[in-house]
Amino acid sequence: MAALLESLLLKKVDVNKALDWLRNVEKGDTLSLSEPKVTVQKQEFVPFLLNFLREQSSQALTNGPATPAKTPSRPRPPTQSQGFFTERRGCRSAGGGAGSRSTSRVQLFSPAPSVSPGAEWDPAGHSGSQCLSGVSAFSSPSFTSAWSPASRPSGSERRPPQRLSLGDYMVSPPEPQHSPSLQSQKGRKRSGGSMGIGGQGRHGGGRGGHHNEETGRWEGGGRRSGRGGGGYNKMSEQVSPPTVSQLNFNNLEDFPPVGSSPISPATAKPSRRINPTPVSAERPHSKPKTCFTSTPFSKPSSPPVGAEALGGSLITGSPLSLQEERELLKREKTKRAQQVCSPLSSSLEPCTPTKSGLRTTSKVTPDIQTVCPEPSKVTLASELDLLAELYCTCISENLVPNIFLELFFVMQLLTSWSPPTSEKEESLCVVNPDVLERGYLRPVHNCVHFAVRVLENQFQLIAHLDKCTLRLLAENERVALFSPALRERLTQAQDTSTAKLSPSVSTFIHSVPFQPATDNRSNFSSDKAFHTFKKQRDIFYEALREWEDFHKEPGWNFEAVLGNRIRAMVSQLNSAGNHSHFARLFLKQLVQMCKGPRVNSSPGDTPDADLLGMLGADSLGRLKRLEERLIQPHGIVGPCPPPSFPGHQEFFRDFLQIASCCQLNQHLKDSLCQQLLQLDEVSILSPAAAIGEGEVEGDGDMEQQDEKQRFASVLLLARLLAKFLGFIAFMPYQTSERPSREIQEAAVALRSKSAPVLDVCAVLSSCVRRRRTVLTVPWLVEFLSMLDFTGPLLLCYRTALGTLLLLYRGMLLGRCGEMCNLNKVLMVAVLGWLFQIPVIPEDMFFISDFTEVAHLEDGSTSSQGLDSIPLVDQQLLYTCCPFLGEFRKLLAAFVSGSTAKSGGIIRKITPTSAEIRDTPTANRSQQKLQVDLEQAFFHNQPPSLRRTVEFVAERVGSNCVKHMKATLVSELVERGEKMLRDGLELPKSSPPKLNDSICAQLCDAGMEALARATRFCSEKSPEAIRMLLPEETSPAVLTTSENITKRLATEKACSWLSANITALIKREWKSRFDRVMRALASPVSPVLGDVEGVGDELATQEQPVTPKRKQECQKVTTCPADCRHTAPLPSDILIEIKEVLSIAVGPRTDEELPTDSQLSALLERVGETLVCRKFLTPVSEQMLLRSTVLLACKLVSAELPALCVQDCSRDGGGGGVAEDPGSGSEPPIRAVLKQFADLWERDCCWSVPLHLLFTPLSVAAVLKASDAEWNNYLFLVRQLVDRGLLAEEEVISHWKRLSNLALPAELIEKFQLQSQAVNPSLHLPELQRHMDMLQVSHQTVEGAT
Amino acid sequence: MRLSRAEYKEIVRCTEHLRPTRQCMKMLRERFPHHSQSTLLSIFSLEYQKRIKRTNSRHHTPDVIESHYQRYLSEAKARPTAPVLLELANEVDLSPALMARIILDRFLQDLEGGVSSKTVLNNMLKEPSLIPDQTLANNIYQCTINDCCYGPLVDCIKHAIGQEHEVLLRDKLRERNLSFLDENQLRAMGYDKTPDIILEVPVAVEGHIVHWIESKASFGDDHSHRTYLNEQFWSYWNRAHQPARCHRRELPVSKHSLQIWGLIRGQGGFLARSPN
Repeated sequence: MAALLESLLLKKVDVNKALDWLRNVEKGDTLSLSEPKVTVQKQEFVPFLLNFLREQSSQALTNGPATPAKTPSRPRPPTQSQGFFTERRGCRSAGGGAGSRSTSRVQLFSPAPSVSPGAEWDPAGHSGSQCLSGVSAFSSPSFTSAWSPASRPSGSERRPPQRLSLGDYMVSPPEPQHSPSLQSQKGRKRSGGSMGIGGQGRHGGGRGGHHNEETGRWEGGGRRSGRGGGGYNKMSEQVSPPTVSQLNFNNLEDFPPVGSSPISPATAKPSRRINPTPVSAERPHSKPKTCFTSTPFSKPSSPPVGAEALGGSLITGSPLSLQEERELLKREKTKRAQQVCSPLSSSLEPCTPTKSGLRTTSKVTPDIQTVCPEPSKVTLASELDLLAELYCTCISENLVPNIFLELFFVMQLLTSWSPPTSEKEESLCVVNPDVLERGYLRPVHNCVHFAVRVLENQFQLIAHLDKCTLRLLAENERVALFSPALRERLTQAQDTSTAKLSPSVSTFIHSVPFQPATDNRSNFSSDKAFHTFKKQRDIFYEALREWEDFHKEPGWNFEAVLGNRIRAMVSQLNSAGNHSHFARLFLKQLVQMCKGPRVNSSPGDTPDADLLGMLGADSLGRLKRLEERLIQPHGIVGPCPPPSFPGHQEFFRDFLQIASCCQLNQHLKDSLCQQLLQLDEVSILSPAAAIGEGEVEGDGDMEQQDEKQRFASVLLLARLLAKFLGFIAFMPYQTSERPSREIQEAAVALRSKSAPVLDVCAVLSSCVRRRRTVLTVPWLVEFLSMLDFTGPLLLCYRTALGTLLLLYRGMLLGRCGEMCNLNKVLMVAVLGWLFQIPVIPEDMFFISDFTEVAHLEDGSTSSQGLDSIPLVDQQLLYTCCPFLGEFRKLLAAFVSGSTAKSGGIIRKITPTSAEIRDTPTANRSQQKLQVDLEQAFFHNQPPSLRRTVEFVAERVGSNCVKHMKATLVSELVERGEKMLRDGLELPKSSPPKLNDSICAQLCDAGMEALARATRFCSEKSPEAIRMLLPEETSPAVLTTSENITKRLATEKACSWLSANITALIKREWKSRFDRVMRALASPVSPVLGDVEGVGDELATQEQPVTPKRKQECQKVTTCPADCRHTAPLPSDILIEIKEVLSIAVGPRTDEELPTDSQLSALLERVGETLVCRKFLTPVSEQMLLRSTVLLACKLVSAELPALCVQDCSRDGGGGGVAEDPGSGSEPPIRAVLKQFADLWERDCCWSVPLHLLFTPLSVAAVLKASDAEWNNYLFLVRQLVDRGLLAEEEVISHWKRLSNLALPAELIEKFQLQSQAVNPSLHLPELQRHMDMLQVSHQTVEGAT
Repeated sequence: MRLSRAEYKEIVRCTEHLRPTRQCMKMLRERFPHHSQSTLLSIFSLEYQKRIKRTNSRHHTPDVIESHYQRYLSEAKARPTAPVLLELANEVDLSPALMARIILDRFLQDLEGGVSSKTVLNNMLKEPSLIPDQTLANNIYQCTINDCCYGPLVDCIKHAIGQEHEVLLRDKLRERNLSFLDENQLRAMGYDKTPDIILEVPVAVEGHIVHWIESKASFGDDHSHRTYLNEQFWSYWNRAHQPARCHRRELPVSKHSLQIWGLIRGQGGFLARSPN
């Protein structure tokens, strides 16, 4: 590697040759050089180059400008950050800003020690790696986390004996910095040079260890320590032994079993000092993976550089770092604790532990250090250009794992600040005999120069960024200074950039509507399940609401607050077997709340971002000071944030974790898989015009936009579902730490036996074949991002990852291909992101053996897949890849000088279009030709035509089904009822048999539905189509559309009907049959008293009275024709009667007693109320009637002595004491009694509970009173019998029963006495006679009758 | 009709020590002649129920039941025709109907030697003539009929009021030409929990969008608003798109005013159902 680069720099090798090699003009991955006699592998060279650049720039970035804010924010979630912190220490002298810079120092692929234990270990590589980590921490997190492929075993062997990385740092002359406190300019400078190096070197060691992990993870620790002892920087090592130990302790991962890898002394390159890996404050993922760089696979070609230089610097560095590392250690501990709780939760917030310190420093010497880059001061320009060219080629050939990460790196270079370098140093940089050790990127001038070159070269990539970023870039004074042309292009590009800031979506809950089709009773196995589900639904929403309201409050804990409730609900789920229902609810709610592209950033920072965008760079400077004061550091997360669950997704994730219900998860998985695969099949139409257009980014016409929107909706939905599918699928395997290799191997062996939840390889190869990668890959990426540590090692996922890698490599931007550019950008962005995720093994990217495992078929089965349609726009791109907004943040931070206030993330909201529905996939076979013809027809028509046709067909078909239900089915059921009634009248009819035969007939008749449906569809479809298509549509097109619509609608309706009509009819018929039978079985509904179990006598007593006269008459259910519904309300009447009754029962005062006219008025009103049916319900009606009977009882027994208005005797006693039956009071009472009889006689009164007149209680009350009462009683009974309200037999049977009953002894006697006169055995005439006899004395009665 | 909060509080204060009897209602009526009996009854009833809920449990311990029962037995023996049970209930401040239930339950235990079934108990309360002991039957009836807050007849009245108001509500809606689905139609469509009315086309009332209406035939005090919100309305909301917010600037008064609970936020989600 190094040899090649060296040769190139020395111009021993033609650049073009190398470029061609990179571009694959010459076949083969290897390049043989004649001069140095080296064979170079591409996979080795690229990481080497990247590392080289990171190392080179590390100082510039490290020494960073005074701008304090910048430094802190970058915190890289992944491990990298550790490197950064320590380094910072080293560089600290440079100023607060420097700290941040140091972070930025990146070594992409640290040279890895040989993989095999015995192999040579290259210490230099480690240092390099550290640098990378630093950088990544700062700017390009992805790397850190990155699984840099470099470390692959293959690389290790090839590695050149020496790593250049350290060398770079060595350049600066050693200056003893013994007093850490002295943070002078010098120190700063030094840090730039030696200091920085020292720190780096240290870190590098640590890193190296990490990297090693990839290749020989286990041996890392041993090696490291060995290295520390090793020769490269002997002095330094000795100087800073403490660092080493610290390192190890802090980072457990860095401290693998010792001694596993013996370091071969032979290698004995200058021993690297072991860099303690600082604990990075943030490791959101708790990834064990420390560095993004894996073991270096490139061998350092350059010989060790002046070791002397290093010594001094290292010394100084260590004390500082000690302190800081302690701090970090603390932080790390808490982090871990948190991680344990929720391994998956990614802490998005960057931690900027050292910030405060840095800040202050920076403030102290803010401006002194900054050097304005000037084109004239660029040194080594030609070499820089060469490097830029190489680098750009790597980028444009997609040889780097994540091109956006590189772009970010470049932007960092562009915005870097470096302390002024002394002439001497500068000259040193340039003069250094070792070409690789020259400080190409040391001075800020060079950095900017390099960055601008790259940007110019990669313009087509930049052009895809959003408008705001472009603007910030164009307004960047450095760009203007170094390349006015680039600025010009940027300014122009702004105009074409289409990204818009969309209004943010309000986060207001939508709940899932109740869907009778799936949610009503008939969908549940039992009533209990149904009702349980009701409760579950309520609990679920309650939890959701609570979460919404409180989860942001400090100290709120999902588990503590909702854990038990959710688990209780889930356990009910288990017992009720409602999982599928709940899963559906859960998913619908998830989609409803999370599908939108709500970006997960605190709402607060958006306006700022927008403000930045609007003001532009010029005005922003003024805000700087204010911001520094006001702004909480908000991290720039870097372009590779770990997978996260933003917004409401967090609730669903936590819910699943808390619920941890395997049944539920299984249902969810099933349903997610199904939905995903359905979505994956969705057809998106390509706007005819757009195909040829290629690059032109227009909004397109309406149809095109619609399709785009639809695609965006599908894509976002699929990504959401895929993420959750992945989450659920891999949840059981999630560990907070990467398991040991043995465990992993065992797990792989185990898990490879069972089928994965989703056949990713099949999905992938199918989408590649059908050119639908733009839809499938983004969601697959989401799915795979949820992998656990072991997952990627499984063959299926490994293959899939390999295929994705190949896809990525082949997805060259700007190269004419079938695929539209923005489509490619999207895929490159998501893939690049995926490759940087902690769980994806670092060795993935640079391994070549995938080519065999997974190779992309090249067959062009379908010429017109989604890939060639310009479906992705900038909004969608930014929605799917919010991390692209980091560029803007970075640039804005540069402008404002404060990184902290990172600009907000750009929120893009993609309007979601209507739900996707899968197009009917019916008729495939016979009418294939017909279908082909139709397709051809549509092909030549605007897409809206097809959509209209499909839509109308769908609606008409659905309406047709509804219409059939409403008409045909109900007709049939009516017919069936008639047949049933007729059948029942026949002698010997058997209802069950009748039922069966009628049902069969109805079902036969139901087949008519198909014919009717066809008629319906043929009739309705053309109407609708005509209405919806443009007036100008040609008649032929119109007719064809109509016919197709007819066919589709009919097909839809008929297929549903033929499958369901029978069941539908059966169901409807059954309920009708039941109703009819019930009505026939009990023409008179039993009234209030069903008294089973009280005792036989009581029960029999209760039997409903069926007055003869009314037996035939149907119950009145409607008001009379002229009813004006003005009758008193039943409730009012009930209250009145209740009042009277309570007076009757007492206790009372005499004043309360009603007069007979009051009573008769009351009865009058009762009558009115009973006539008007409007407000009457069976319950209130029954209660009314019952109350009248009870009232009659009270009257007849004189418990309620009614007062006659004229001569009321006010001496009526309380209780049951009857007043003296004065001659005056009787007629009114009898009149009232007659009124009762009149009332009960009316049609509206039916099934009056007259038996209450014969209860022992009533009779006893009557008997207790005087004879007059008894006579009144008989009078009433006689009235009833006369009017046919009571049959005489009934009276007699009541009587009989009474005599058997346990009345008080004296009453029995009295009763027997009385009833002797009314002999029960007598027939009615005799009874009548007896009654008459009894009543003879009261002539008034006769008169009344 | 709307009632000011101050007046409402005054009424509530007056009901504090009342017994649920005809006589007390009369006092209340005389004290607040401007208010309809149903309003007063409604408020009193709610307040009394709250009171009973607070104190009910203390009457349900076995020894208290036993002592009530024994007191009843001895007094009934001494004064067979006196309303002893009613007096007892008023004395211990327990709803007479509930007292009747307790005593009857206790009585049936003796009679049947075990725990009586709820159906039997309820039937006897409804129809005291089924009670084998005549004195007890009279006492029970006296209690249930005199209680204006509890008891089978009161339940029936409440039910009737509820029904009537739904009818009135539908009338009013029709009067205003609002298209709606009522509870029965919704049930037929399979909704598990439904409000009384869902408007097919939402309307705006005083700036709030009303999507569905639940009519409560009771006085809308704070407590019941809260309770209904928790027990009922959230579950409607859970089934619909919109959050429910009760609209209650002033307190609506029971029978004669319909409480309208509106759903804020438009978009007809509730009725949007899938085809087929």
